[in-house]
Amino acid sequence: MSATTMGAVPRRPPIDPRWLKLAAIWLVLLTAPAWMSLVGGYTALASRVLILGLAAMSFNILLGFTGVMSFGHAAYFGLGAYGAGLTLKYLAASTPLAMLFGTLLGGVAGALFGLFIVRRRGVYFAMVTVAFGQIAFYIAYTWNDLTGGYDGLRGFVRAPLHLGVANIDIAGNGTLFYYFVLFVFGAAVALQGLLLASPMGRTFLAIRENERRARFLGIPIERHIWLSFTASCVFTALAGSLYALLNNFADPMALHYSLSGEIVIMTVMGGMRSFWGPLIGAAVFVVLQDYISSMTVNWMSFIGLIFVLVVLFFPRGLLGVFQRRENA
Amino acid sequence: MLQVILFNITNGLIIGAFYVLMALGLSLILNLSNVINFAHGNFLALGGYFAFVLTPYIGFWGALVVSPLLSAVLGIIIERVMIRQVYNRDPVYSLLLTFGLGFIIQDVCRYIWGPNGLPLGVPDAMAAPLSSTLFFITWYRVFMVAVVIVAVAGLFAFLRFTKVGVRIRAGTLDLETVAALGVNVRMLRSFNFGLGCLLAGLSGVLAGGQIGLNPNMGDDLLMPSFIAIIVGGVGSLTGTLVGGLLIGVAAALTTVVWPSGSEAVIYIIMAVVLILRPRGLMGEEGMMA
Repeated sequence: MSATTMGAVPRRPPIDPRWLKLAAIWLVLLTAPAWMSLVGGYTALASRVLILGLAAMSFNILLGFTGVMSFGHAAYFGLGAYGAGLTLKYLAASTPLAMLFGTLLGGVAGALFGLFIVRRRGVYFAMVTVAFGQIAFYIAYTWNDLTGGYDGLRGFVRAPLHLGVANIDIAGNGTLFYYFVLFVFGAAVALQGLLLASPMGRTFLAIRENERRARFLGIPIERHIWLSFTASCVFTALAGSLYALLNNFADPMALHYSLSGEIVIMTVMGGMRSFWGPLIGAAVFVVLQDYISSMTVNWMSFIGLIFVLVVLFFPRGLLGVFQRRENA
Repeated sequence: MLQVILFNITNGLIIGAFYVLMALGLSLILNLSNVINFAHGNFLALGGYFAFVLTPYIGFWGALVVSPLLSAVLGIIIERVMIRQVYNRDPVYSLLLTFGLGFIIQDVCRYIWGPNGLPLGVPDAMAAPLSSTLFFITWYRVFMVAVVIVAVAGLFAFLRFTKVGVRIRAGTLDLETVAALGVNVRMLRSFNFGLGCLLAGLSGVLAGGQIGLNPNMGDDLLMPSFIAIIVGGVGSLTGTLVGGLLIGVAAALTTVVWPSGSEAVIYIIMAVVLILRPRGLMGEEGMMA
């Protein structure tokens, strides 16, 4: 993702460091089930890292690459989860169909809502997104008959995959499910990478860097912010549908604005100017959260402390520390 | 039936009054410092808990005055130590900072005072109903509304007639010019943050007397307060006042005919306002956009 800037002529290393980075990331992800238990983790935790990492990377299309801040992405994540759960429970025992409907539910909700807010900026944009996001939470919370209300949506399980030649039992086998999630994750981030490298993605960057200048160049700003918002919501909803499959449960807290805040902090903690940063942030945050909440009942203070420390001392994120030359 | 309607309308006024107090505090901070204080509901809870601690020593009336001031002092300290650091940064940082602070304050309240509800005693005379026909309205409810009216009137008078108040309003419109005229903007923002927390703390004491105290008592008020600001129009305190009252009364009236829809109507109002008048009822064109 590094754009070569004028002036600085980097000496060319034998192998492009970007490929090394990519290889390292995928090596870690592919071997995770093998070593997670050795370091005190478990495979479902690795799946959760991937899923929330996907949510944070999707959110970052908007925050990091378009420069617009939503504080309501939990709504689309949760809608994805509920969409998938409701499909499995009431329509058909098909995992791909559940993911499709979950993604559609969150994506369409995001696309519609995006129309209302593209003219808002800054904190006002954040405030409207968080208030709108709570509508989804409120509906899930109140519509007891359909969604299970406060207790969440239960009574569905992810179905094994039928691929014609073979059945893959992602329902019973956590490790296989991890690789399924990894496959979806890989496909989604590849699409995100292509999107951000496309002329449209470059336009997003132009808006982030200088909205007024982009407007003078004749770029339809509102349309592009809407596109970025919608794309971001679609991918976030996809992550949400995976989350429902992971837990065999859709939780109203997956729609709550606290989760929106957590998605933002993962993104910022990892480094919002970097493509992979949010994944790193999600890994650190999810693992810390898992560890802290198993150690103490006062986990909220520690999570809050993470927020405060990141804002005050690591505003560029863990990766950002190493990337000062970019966008400095 | 009449009693049911009356009951709901008084309820609506009270809830609206709380929305207004919360939203005005949030709005003050948002307008001058461009910070959404996610911890505002936690300052409300703190105000209530301070009153719980103080009541045995200085009585309810003393606590009603002192605890909001303590919330304000704490707010000013937090503003000076932390929030001040992020004013000139991307707004995402102030959001995350106050969000995290909210978590910490809530957890500290839970640690000190326990997760369960605590009662905040009000004087016996106020716990009595108005009359046998109006048995459902206690004097305390009337008192709450009266205090809120006095507080809101006091705030508007303060902003209109005192030097500091005028500076806060001027800073809302154009902070750079205010700074250029020699006003100490850092002090102004600290004071303004404290003022917002004072209103939250006052809501906390009042709410504690009615529904008791628990660590997340402010959470349910946070979202309606956001909506009050959005509906009223960002940048306008009068708008926030109107927005808060509007959604409070609308929610209460909805309760009469559709009990579970009281929250839905708040969101519907917000959606309608955003479609028909995106800047909010009294928002300035171009404000924050």
